[in-house]
Order: sequence, then structure tokens, then C-alpha cells
Amino acid sequence: MTVQELPGAGAAYRPAPPPAWRPRTDPAPLLPDPEPYRVLGTGAPLDRALMLRLYTELIRGRRYNAQATALTKQGRLAVYPSSTGQEACEVAAALVLQEQDWLFPSYRDTLAAVARGLDPVQALTLLRGDWHTGYDPHEHRIAPLCTPLATQLPHAVGLAHAARLKGDDVVALAMVGDGGTSEGDFHEALNFAAVWQAPVVFFVQNNGFAISVPLAKQTAAPSLAHKAVGYGMPGRLVDGNDAAAVHEVLADAVARARRGGGPTLIEAVTYRIEAHTNADDATRYRVDAEVAAWRDHDPIQLLEAELTSRGFLDDSAKKAAAEAAETMAAALRERMNAEAELDPMDLFAHVYAEKTAQLREQEAQLRAELAAHENEDEGER
Amino acid sequence: MTTVAAKPATMAQALQRAMRDAMAEDPSVHVLGEDVGTLGGVFRITDGLAKEFGEDRCTDTPLAEAGILGTAVGMAMYGLRPVVEMQFDAFAYPAFEQLISHVSKMRNRTGGSMGMPLVVRVPYGGGIGGVEHHSDSSEAYYMATPGLHVVTPATVEDAYGLLRAAIASDDPVVFLEPKRLYWSKAEWSPDAPTEVAPIGKAVVRRPGRSATLITYGPSVPVCLEAAEAAKAEGWDLEVVDLRSLVPFDDETVCASVRRTGRAVVVHESTGFGGPGGEIAARVTERCFHHLEAPVLRVAGFDIPYPPPMLEKHHLPGVDRVLDAVARLQWEAES
Repeated sequence: MTVQELPGAGAAYRPAPPPAWRPRTDPAPLLPDPEPYRVLGTGAPLDRALMLRLYTELIRGRRYNAQATALTKQGRLAVYPSSTGQEACEVAAALVLQEQDWLFPSYRDTLAAVARGLDPVQALTLLRGDWHTGYDPHEHRIAPLCTPLATQLPHAVGLAHAARLKGDDVVALAMVGDGGTSEGDFHEALNFAAVWQAPVVFFVQNNGFAISVPLAKQTAAPSLAHKAVGYGMPGRLVDGNDAAAVHEVLADAVARARRGGGPTLIEAVTYRIEAHTNADDATRYRVDAEVAAWRDHDPIQLLEAELTSRGFLDDSAKKAAAEAAETMAAALRERMNAEAELDPMDLFAHVYAEKTAQLREQEAQLRAELAAHENEDEGER
Repeated sequence: MTTVAAKPATMAQALQRAMRDAMAEDPSVHVLGEDVGTLGGVFRITDGLAKEFGEDRCTDTPLAEAGILGTAVGMAMYGLRPVVEMQFDAFAYPAFEQLISHVSKMRNRTGGSMGMPLVVRVPYGGGIGGVEHHSDSSEAYYMATPGLHVVTPATVEDAYGLLRAAIASDDPVVFLEPKRLYWSKAEWSPDAPTEVAPIGKAVVRRPGRSATLITYGPSVPVCLEAAEAAKAEGWDLEVVDLRSLVPFDDETVCASVRRTGRAVVVHESTGFGGPGGEIAARVTERCFHHLEAPVLRVAGFDIPYPPPMLEKHHLPGVDRVLDAVARLQWEAES
């Protein structure tokens, strides 16, 4: 029996819509613009002080990336996922937040943490390998640099939700890459945030590749910002190399969250100039011409040209920014070249608030092993 | 001290009362999960909490376990004490990454500066005729993850006392609720002073001299029944209820085994790679010279949890425990 043969089916049958069904909202206002939003080169008014701050941080950020990459080559860092080319996103994310707000970075977002005030050495502890998170998250309200993809996004939602329940004025900004948007936690975080109207901003840095997999193999969506529509939150698309545009779009979203408007999804279109990490060979999955084109759309050059033409930036200001960055890099180099001081007994220090009997036994075992080694060493002398 | 008449109460009521008392005492305690609000949970463990404390304190979340636990992590980061309900044992699996990569490690990753004072309540185990994915015993997965406490009550009083302790703990606790004991009753009054049971202490439920049954959660009543039945065979069995799988109470367990010289570990989780292997190894390492026979295990078979019409053949019952006890006559056999 086919559907057409079922009793009641046929030309006379007109299914009624289910009672009281209607779309929750008109999706049109939530759809992002088809082109990434730009500010530089459009003649839009610019806040001189803010632009100079962005510029200084961009210069410092690029120097930091270069220094950290050099440290991997010297074996001082196990790995460093460089954000060269993406500095505008990193810096804008840090500067857009107020002191009481929280930043939820992924593993590539060291620069955002440093621009928010984290000690440059503490930001590298994870990558050097002396501990995992090398800082107290409460100090600058920066969650641990998150290695699993997108798992920090629900944390941002929960924290922002908790703060709002307590009546605190706190916004959480959660950073994720294009690959991370394919993870289930991305979906769950956006869904929770929209249902709870949590004061969260989701900031996707679409740098073109999840290690080697290009965006076209990651999603069939018209843009990652389009994904917002299905959750019932606005999506914004921005040129991730235009520091002024990224800052403006993030600032709008943060302000919206702060006044109770709920979450926003922002996709910044940018490019990872370096390989995924020093363990990756980028020549296997992308061509030089593509990298060269993006080098021509460099966030520092874009901002520098604009600020110079507007008379905001002169040679002495440029020199000052470069010198400040060089000083930071020299201090970083020197501190990272010092041997890390590690206490093996720390292995047991922070597993539980109070050590279990089993951990106390294992602690005693390690202490005895260390003492035995020390005695051997002395015996050899 | 005034005595309050104790009436029969169920484990479900004791668990609900534990959350209610904790929420009343501490405004940072929040309950969240699928169906925990208006419905009061599919087992009614959170019954009335949303009404009494509001939906902000007892929240119906979207249906997504990773999201439930992941947002709870963020809430704990901001100083709340979330109590999360995973509706059934096997429904918790989507949340494993959050549990293993973040909940269990946050204190460690942050050098002690950020603890995770949250509770994950997991109704677990079989015996209620649940269909597929509703009867798993997943404790071995949790036990294998450093940074988590894993506790499971077997009595009405412990259900209250251990859940209060779990909520008060500054570390994350996986709180395994033996769902076939939800409707078990005991004379218990929440208005009488109830001890908050310390996490990490096992208890001797029944003293005995000839062998120790080491067990927990849903298998405790089975072992107590077996111990009664074994009297006819001349066995005087001691029953140790672990209550806490992590931290593990070597002291109470080993003191018992040294007294009796024989031990059987009983649980309904699978035997291979299951908790019993760890427990038997610990006992053997510590009590070898006191043992009159190898430490035996009575566990669920090494199969996916069976369909409900066959579960009675899988779950370790009194007869299977008694068979194992009979095999402790090691000297006679060798």
C-alpha cells in the first residue's frame, strides 16, 4: 500500500499545519553581510588613540610570534602555534574586553592573553613544557589556553551565565578556529548561549586551514558566521586583517552582550602565514601564490598605511613601537634561555585539594628514588 | 538531644533531601540537567527543587550532556557549585571529554589555582528492566581518571551523607547512584542529625570471621543476603561496603582481609578491566601472607549490557556469590 492509497489520502486530503506553529524569529536580521566588514580604506572615522594602541600591540605581537618561533628552533619551546598574520584578531580580542570580563583562548591565542596583560613567559609555560597552564586564570581573567578544540566554548557560556545569575557585569569572549566549528562542543555552546541569552561573544578566526584541511572540506555553510542563524543569534563577518574592523565588530558584540542582548557569533576571515606549528609542512597543502596574496593583505601594513596617510603615525612613533617590541623580545629571550626550575614533587601537589593515601605513597616513592639518585651522584664524585 | 521518629524513606528521597539541604545552606549550589526542573528528573530525584529555589538554581538545560557538563565547568570557574544530572549511565558518554580533559584536570593544569567543585550525578547499573543504554556500570572509566572522586552509596543514610559530602567537596565527584536501589527503604529521618559521610572511607556492613565480601553500590544488598545464606554452610562472612572507589580505602579493606584471610570482590560491572581486578590486585599486594586462597571476583559477564529479559543471567546474584565463597576452600582443593 502506497501513501496515496492510504485511507484519507489523495486529492481531497489537505494536511493542516500543526496548531500554533510559526518560526521563532524572522531570520533575515540575523544573516551576516555577504562581504567581510571593513573599516580601513573606507574613510570611516577612526579613534586615534585606539588605533595607535592597536598598532603598538600589533607590532609587539608580531615580534612575540617571531621570537617564540625562534625559540622552538633553539629547542626552548616544544612547539609554538604561531598567529603571524592573525595579530589583528588577537590584539582586538584582548583590547575590547573590560577588566572584569573573561577571555577563553585556544592554544593559538597566546598573543591575546599577552595583550590582555599576561606575563609573556607565563603564557609560554604550556608550550615550553614545565607545567600546563602557567598562570592563575583569576589574575587577568584568562581561562587556560585550551588544546582540545572548542571545549572551552561551553565554559565561557557557563561562566557568563553564572556571572549574570550573580548580577555581575561580566562578558565572556571565547576564541576558536575554523576547524573547531565542526566540533560538537561548538554547537552545544552556541545553543546553550542562545537559549540562556548568556553574555558571550563567540569569535571564530577562520585562518583557512585546520592544520592541512581547507575550509571547503570543513563546512558547506556559505560562511561560518551563517551558522549563527540556526541558533537564533546574529552572525557577523569581518575582515580579520583589518584591526579597526575587528575591534569595532567585537566591541559591538561585547556591548550587546553587556546590555543583555545575548550572544553573537563573529567570523574573522584571516590567514595563517606560518605553518600550523613547527611540526607541520605547509607546502604540502597550499601554494606560494596564495600565501603571497595574503602577505600583501598584512594586518600591520594595512593599519600602518592608513595611520600614516591620516597623519596619526610618524617615523618616530613607528620607531618607538619597534623598540618597545624589541625590548620585550630581548627580555623574553633572556628569561626563556634560563633553565626552568622544576620540583618533581609538584607532580602530586595539585591532583586533589587534599592528597589521597595512594598519592602520598607514590610521593614517598619518588622522594626515595630522588634521594637514591642523589646519593649515587655523590658516590661518583 | 531530641529524638525524631524515623519513618521509612527511600534512597531517592534522601538524595533529593541532600540537594535541598545543600541548596538551602549554600546559595552557590546549582542543579542542572535535562528534565531536572519542572519534571523533577525522570527518577524524581530533583523533585520540587525548581519550585522551591527557582529555575535559576535548578535548571532544565538543552538536551546535550557535553553542554551540560561544559557549562557547569564555566559555572564552577565563576565560584558556583554545580550539581549536574546525567539522566542515565550511558547518556553520560558525550560528556566524557569535558570530564576527562577539563573537570578532572583543571586543578592540576592551573597549578592548584582553580578547583572544580562540581558533582556529576550518574544513575548507574541494571536490574530495573531498562532497555539498551540504560543499565551500564561505567565506574571503571571514571576510576581510571586521576582528579576525580568516585563514590556510590548503598544505603538510604549514605545516599544523603555522601551526596552532602560530594557537594561540599572542593574536588569534582562522580556520584554513582545505583538506580535499582532508588526505591529501597530504611528507617531514616532527614530531621534527625544525619552524619555527612566522609569521602574515601569504606564501612563494614556486616562483621564476620571466615571471608570478606568486598563490594559497593547495588551489590551490597546482594552480598548481605549471601552472607545470611552462607551461615547455613558454616561461613561467617564479613561484608565491606567501599562507598568510595576513589579514593580507595586500602586500610579498611586490608584490615578486614587480614582478619578473615579470604576475599571475594563482587560487582555487576564487567570483570575484565573492571574495578574488581584493581581491588583484587591491591588486596593481594598488601595481604599476600594473610591470604588462605586467591582473591576471587564475582562480576558481570564481559558482554555489552544484555537486554532486560536476559539481565537476570548477567547480574551477579546470591548464588553466584555463594559459589565463589565455596571456591575459597583453596587448601582442600590443592
